[in-house]
Amino acid sequence: MEPKKTPLWDTHKALGAKLIDFGGWHMPVSYPAGTIKEHKAVRSALGLFDVSHMGEAYLRGPRAREVVARLTTNAVESAPVGKAVYTLLCTPSGGIVDDCIFYKRADDDFMVIFNAGNVDKDLAWFREHASTTCDVVDVSDETALIAVQGPKAVGVLDKLSGGTLAQVPTFAFTDATVAGFKVIAARTGYTGEDGFELACRNSDAAALWAALLDAATPLGGLPIGLGARDSLRLESKLPLYGNELDEDHTPLEAGLGWAVKLDKGDFLGAARLREQKAAGLTRQLVGFKIDESARAIARHGYAVVDRKAAGEVIGNVTSGGPGIVVGGAIGLAYVPVAYAAAGTQLTIDCRGKDTTATVVSGKFYKRPQ
Amino acid sequence: MSFPSDLKYTNDHEWLRAQGTSWRVGITQFAVDALGDITLVDLPKEGDQVTKGQKFGVIESVKSVSDLYAPVSGKVVAINGALKDAPEDVNADPYGKGWMIDIEPNDKGEIDELLDPAAYATHVAAQ
Repeated sequence: MEPKKTPLWDTHKALGAKLIDFGGWHMPVSYPAGTIKEHKAVRSALGLFDVSHMGEAYLRGPRAREVVARLTTNAVESAPVGKAVYTLLCTPSGGIVDDCIFYKRADDDFMVIFNAGNVDKDLAWFREHASTTCDVVDVSDETALIAVQGPKAVGVLDKLSGGTLAQVPTFAFTDATVAGFKVIAARTGYTGEDGFELACRNSDAAALWAALLDAATPLGGLPIGLGARDSLRLESKLPLYGNELDEDHTPLEAGLGWAVKLDKGDFLGAARLREQKAAGLTRQLVGFKIDESARAIARHGYAVVDRKAAGEVIGNVTSGGPGIVVGGAIGLAYVPVAYAAAGTQLTIDCRGKDTTATVVSGKFYKRPQ
Repeated sequence: MSFPSDLKYTNDHEWLRAQGTSWRVGITQFAVDALGDITLVDLPKEGDQVTKGQKFGVIESVKSVSDLYAPVSGKVVAINGALKDAPEDVNADPYGKGWMIDIEPNDKGEIDELLDPAAYATHVAAQ
């Protein structure tokens, strides 16, 4: 099947991007600056990301609130109007269907942005559970999404919006006009930096991108490909669906207990997650740093081993790569809880070479306050 | 994409340049473009023996890991130690500062089996 193109595809071509097939979409993996310079630009100035491949939908109707309450693990339904809430969608057995952000526009009107690779699955999931109780309106094909991230992102957007966006709190959103284009502007992101994600009409995307890039370039801003999007989110220990998150792992195991409100009432997966919490976890996601002398990178799928344990393989690496700003090689892995304390030495089989890594707690990169 | 005319090439996107009795080995611009930003190059030690077609090192980019395969059998007589701290030299200057090892071939006949620039360009065009 021919990969889909976002409304910014011609723009990426003109900028000299290297395009790859990613989850059925033809997306920029890097621009001529390269992943490392792009990553550093987002940490020190700002970057623009085309994330139009993501899915967008509305759940609407007088009973939308009760459908949302049942679908989500976080307290989405009771959030104030204007809040953006990160949540998991779980199966009845507690596995993760997807992670996404809900935007509460009104008690009868929720927007949701979800992962590109899960669009069909999520829409089917929403429709199955909404049934006739509320409307599910898929707007993925008519909505473009541009993320603007970095310490200088809010300043640039505030100027382009006539001074309306700097006052928007973190994890809140507003309807706004940026460079003359109507957008939904949410103070969210996937980089560990401050910034916004702007949803606009497809037909406005190229002109909005051009205006944003014009404003960003003099400040050291760059367009950013999927390569740096992945290295930025890893440094900030943000999970990726398909790597850290899937239907075989629960949010509690993934360290996302803060987004699971077990006392909010019934929701899909609640019973199983309450049981798991009461019984205690057997495995959990940890961050690790490869020991400096090892000169190796542990990547997705590599085994975590204990040569003294029966069977030897005790866990698996879900993501790994160079820590572009924090240095060294970093990664995330599922390991038994007995190996999860900060400072624990792990052994990772890096393509046949046993490599020592150390468990580290918290984010690898923390934004300066 | 054009390739320096004074070099020999392999199907694995490595180049070789005559340096007296030894041959300098690196990776081509095509390989560099495919890998993206290189973050780590793991090389053998001086004096090691390498075998044609066998792995002699590892190259890690931000997104992927690849093995380096020996283009000919022989002895490693020099390595580019500067790549340890500056792997980005491979991106910046793949045919110069980004070289990897010098090999003294056991069998000069293996050099004759390498691709000339035109044959390598045809190989790349078919990728």
